[in-house]
Amino acid sequence: MIDEEKIFLLKNMLRVRRMEELCAELYTREKIRGFLHLYIGEEAVATGVLSLVDPVDNVMATYREHAHALLKGISAKSIMAEMFGRVDGCSGGRGGSMHLYSREKRFFGGNAIVASGIPQAVGLALAAQRLRESRKTICFFGEGAIAEGVFYESLNMASLWKIPLLFCCENNLYAMGTGLVRSQAQTDLIKKATIHNISAETVNGMDVLEVVAKTKKALEYISNEKKPYFLEFKTYRFRPHSMFDPDLYREKSELEVWKKHCPIDSFSSSLLSTQIISEDSLKNLKIEIENEMQEAIVFAEKSLEESVNELERHVYLQAGI
Amino acid sequence: MKMSYREALRWSIREALKNDSRVFLVGEDVGAYGGSYAVSKDFLKEFGQEKILDAPLSELGFTGIGIGAALGGLRPIIEIMTVNFSLLALDQIINSAAFLCHMSGGQFSVPVVIRMTTGGGRQLAAQHSNSWEGWLAHVPGVKILTPGTVIDAKFMLQYALEDPNPVLIFEHALLLNHVQEIDENFQGTSPFKAMVLKEGRSLTLATYGGMLPRSLEAVSILEQKGKSIELIDLRCLRPLDEESILTSVKKTHRLLIVDEGWRSGSFAAEISARVMEKIFYELDAPVQRLCRREVPIPYAAQLERAAIPQTDDIVSKIQEMLR
Ligand SMILES: Cc1ncc(C[n+]2csc(CCOP(=O)(O)OP(=O)(O)O)c2C)c(N)n1
Repeated sequence: MIDEEKIFLLKNMLRVRRMEELCAELYTREKIRGFLHLYIGEEAVATGVLSLVDPVDNVMATYREHAHALLKGISAKSIMAEMFGRVDGCSGGRGGSMHLYSREKRFFGGNAIVASGIPQAVGLALAAQRLRESRKTICFFGEGAIAEGVFYESLNMASLWKIPLLFCCENNLYAMGTGLVRSQAQTDLIKKATIHNISAETVNGMDVLEVVAKTKKALEYISNEKKPYFLEFKTYRFRPHSMFDPDLYREKSELEVWKKHCPIDSFSSSLLSTQIISEDSLKNLKIEIENEMQEAIVFAEKSLEESVNELERHVYLQAGI
Repeated sequence: MKMSYREALRWSIREALKNDSRVFLVGEDVGAYGGSYAVSKDFLKEFGQEKILDAPLSELGFTGIGIGAALGGLRPIIEIMTVNFSLLALDQIINSAAFLCHMSGGQFSVPVVIRMTTGGGRQLAAQHSNSWEGWLAHVPGVKILTPGTVIDAKFMLQYALEDPNPVLIFEHALLLNHVQEIDENFQGTSPFKAMVLKEGRSLTLATYGGMLPRSLEAVSILEQKGKSIELIDLRCLRPLDEESILTSVKKTHRLLIVDEGWRSGSFAAEISARVMEKIFYELDAPVQRLCRREVPIPYAAQLERAAIPQTDDIVSKIQEMLR
């Protein structure tokens, strides 16, 4: 990988981190309301995977999807405006933090029902295959989704019908307060894929270079074999599940151990020590990111609230569109 | 020409498969078995595996896959074997298909058609005799079609496929063998409007789907006794063509709704409420409802008959209302 690519990965992880930190701040200032799920600690996964994704590709994600939306090309401005519930939001203020969408960027949400995006991603990939379109389909979900029946239904059909797509399980060890060991009799998640004859691999989700390398391999497999592939990313969220979560179910010491593997700290130190990036350029990068995010907040503040007269719009799409 | 409801459904799916390369049929036993009601018999041979997709027993999964395929540019016809199993697919139907357009600020819509057989009356007992169409009509974002005639069985699918929104079609199991004389040159009419099937003066009977033939029969019996009943086939429960109902009741001043769903929280209750809200002073008598009795449908024939409105029940109810 060339140096520019590494810097690009670092930059994107920093963008996500900063956006999430600001969201937390804006939440305490009551600018953002509702449920807010942050991705802090897990940045390497979306950053690495989506660095290999093109604008024509399909991406499906969960309610913890700010990073995925941003890295699929939705602007920080329209993401922020969405969280403010304003008309310039990427879902016109109808969705909020959990329902970011973009038809143009082929970002399909933003699903707040655990596992509900999984069959839809299989369907998107099936459509691309039938229509002979060369687009990849990437489906993100948490390890909690593996307990849902529709996960098994979807993997079975994807494998049976040879539908090429990449399943990305973001295993951060907790589904709200329920640890993986307390919810699954079989905690080796690779087996959940292989029982359906889907090839699978585990990835250190705290190491962005490993994420890129293994995702690249997976995407090559999918494109050559015309079959699905499953990646389990071992990662950890540094923040509570949502802003409502008192975080009572895990030891602080566990969190501290994982924080030592912070995907951003470790990667930036390594880029600094190998002189791929200088202290100065890193500082400049952070300034650039700060500007992007502050502009996004200003944009969201200025964006209008939709008139309540428009309330019943968008329930149906008018025929002919 | 004479055609059965089953043949009409079959014709409509076949036409769709022939005319639009984006269309495919997915569901349990739609292929090798020929459809559990023989609606898609021999389609697998004619159209091949890409178009006729036998799905495993995964209602939630294949409904979700159909939704995704629609988002990706195809026009799936999802067949849920019967309405009873649609409960397993409700999350995808409601939380995704129905809401996606609104949640995305109008960017995405889900052009799927979901067909399912509905209704009781065949001694299949509680778990196989539900009528969920009125319940699903509660949800904004879906359209609910309930063909009660052969003509509607023949043409509703085509309109549903042209619609950019999710459309659910409830095909009544008791009507499959129902044969009607139809005009070969007729091209169908928008299914999103109610239709006055019989004009009359003294009472409006509003109904849909499986209750339609028995309502028609009741109306003819009463006609011979000199009563003039107006019969409205609702055809579409959402969006509801309220105007047609109000217009008719303004003329007849009496309304009976026959609905196969349970009475509590029924679709009939919705119609009754709207009439009360909008034209209360036009009514000469309280609106009445004939609905499924408040029990899970029993197996024993006489009990099942008693639980679901029959022709006789409709006749006596109307007589009582006109007394
Ligand atoms: C079907 C369903 N059940 C329960 C919930 C409530 N809920 C929201 S997030 C969540 C935990 C999901 O954990 P996981 O899939 O591991 O994702 P993570 O939050 O860790 O990213 C639960 C139980 C839901 N949204 N949907």
